[in-house]
Amino acid sequence: MTKLQHALRRNWGLYLMLVPAIVYLIVFHYFPMYGVTIAFKDFSARLGIMGSPWVGLKHFTRVFTSPNFLPIVGNTLVLSFYQLVVTFPLPILLALMINSCFSKRLGTVLKNITYAPYFISVVVLVGMMFIMFAPRGVFNQILVFFGAQPRLFMGEEQYFRHMFVFSNVWQTTGWSSIIYMAALSGVSPELHEAAVVDGASKLRRVISIDLPMIVPTAAIILTLNVGGVMSLGFEKAYLMQTPLNIEIAEILSTYVYKKGLLDIDYSYAAAVGLFNNVINLVLLSAVNWFSRRITKSSLW
Amino acid sequence: MTEARRGANPNRIKPTRGDRVYDVINTVLLVVLGLLVLYPLYFVLIASISNPDAVNSGKIIFYPMGVTFEGYQKLFEDSRIWIGYRNTILYTVVGTTLNVSITLLAAYPLSRTDLDGRKYITFFFLFTMFFNGGLIPTFLVVQSLGLYNTPWVLVLLGAVSVYNMLIARSFFENSIPQDLHEAAAIDGCGNIGFFFRIVLPLSKALIGVMVIYYGVTHWNQYFNALIYVSKREYQPLQMVLREILIQNSATQMAFDESMMEELLRRERYAELIKYGVIVVASLPILCVYPFVQKYFEKGVMIGAVKG
Repeated sequence: MTKLQHALRRNWGLYLMLVPAIVYLIVFHYFPMYGVTIAFKDFSARLGIMGSPWVGLKHFTRVFTSPNFLPIVGNTLVLSFYQLVVTFPLPILLALMINSCFSKRLGTVLKNITYAPYFISVVVLVGMMFIMFAPRGVFNQILVFFGAQPRLFMGEEQYFRHMFVFSNVWQTTGWSSIIYMAALSGVSPELHEAAVVDGASKLRRVISIDLPMIVPTAAIILTLNVGGVMSLGFEKAYLMQTPLNIEIAEILSTYVYKKGLLDIDYSYAAAVGLFNNVINLVLLSAVNWFSRRITKSSLW
Repeated sequence: MTEARRGANPNRIKPTRGDRVYDVINTVLLVVLGLLVLYPLYFVLIASISNPDAVNSGKIIFYPMGVTFEGYQKLFEDSRIWIGYRNTILYTVVGTTLNVSITLLAAYPLSRTDLDGRKYITFFFLFTMFFNGGLIPTFLVVQSLGLYNTPWVLVLLGAVSVYNMLIARSFFENSIPQDLHEAAAIDGCGNIGFFFRIVLPLSKALIGVMVIYYGVTHWNQYFNALIYVSKREYQPLQMVLREILIQNSATQMAFDESMMEELLRRERYAELIKYGVIVVASLPILCVYPFVQKYFEKGVMIGAVKG
């Protein structure tokens, strides 16, 4: 009896339990990975993924020579890095503030309040933005009250990135702080007591005791975030796009959708998507390698 | 653990002046932040029961005016909302059941150190997190399977989130002792029986976390419907919301004289119901939320153990 047969016989129940998930991954993840080959073919619906003729790098040449392409990569990177720089430190700050709040009850209430927006769907979020930042919406009323001119926040392209990033701050800061709260709950009370005896102020203790506790967690989160810089989500950007802001608001994922499924240029869109995914993979590996060297914490 | 720390926060030593200043500033900042986070939600709520004209002219800021339930009335007469609601509930219930089952079934074997080939199978799962075919190849696969424009695609896609599977796996690793199944095996209990009779009853917290994670995702999902389903009768609530909340506002920016009349009519209708629509769509989740909130934290912490 071979080793494999032996393993299968001894734990056949366990392998059986794995079957549905594996079938799912093969069909919806590994088949499409194979389907990526259409980026190197002239896809025709009649011939299918397998039968369509190979054309080498034709579609990649089209992608890289398209005048739209580079600006869209630029848009994606700028928006992504902007979002990263703003949304990375804020949950840490919030966790430190809530954790050092003198009233436990107020801390709990605030946790519950700040997590809540996370559960609002992206459609509702963008819908609320269109409402609140409308020309006569609440925000502009406040501007007018202070004597400023009302602005087209959801229309003009100069506001797109700020709206995108700060709505994300509203929605996810509380949620993202949970993981830091978990790390902070591991801080030993003795450290604080000892520091108090030594005359350390509260601010001092937050900076010198609490903050170092969450550095390892922060390193992992940062790794993940930097690795995901090019995989900026489709959902919100697509909903926020208007004819006025499209120059800035077009990012890779929305471009793939429009080229592929609206213009039905499958091979071209698949080439853009593949380019995006490869960059992602390389980026994530690089950041992970870097993080392992520096902080000894890594994803794999 | 924070309680312990706060408990130990020495009351015997009088807080210094600097500490009190810190407390005051910290508390004020936190309260202001809390209000800022809450305000948009509060605004939608008061706008939904206010006179639409007052809302449109920007008079509603702190409290409702000319209370009316006209918006809600209109919205409950709108069949699109009902169909969307029904679909979303169906997709959420069926999808979540399926997702949680498949995920837990796969996570348990992968938590067992005596599973041969565990490393390779885990890699098979993990790899899909870091590389995927992308939208177009996935679309073509869905199409060639005949799932395009069927409700099934909305239930099946995302059936296994590898991330959730990893959370489940580390939960099993940490809370089900490895030698427990050996003891059960001596009593004649196989792996499958062990999973259903021993492991699942011990994993209620985990099941709670999974149900919520998958459930919220299904409830809020619009992307898959946008891509894979064009038939109206299969559209989930979020697609209906998109039509009401966003398409009107976005087209408003592009001026087209010929469509002005129709646009204005649609817009007035949308103006009337949109606040109510937001409330009706988000309320179920925000209502369940306080009760399940502890599970969210638990989920993050289970996940964090593994990193």
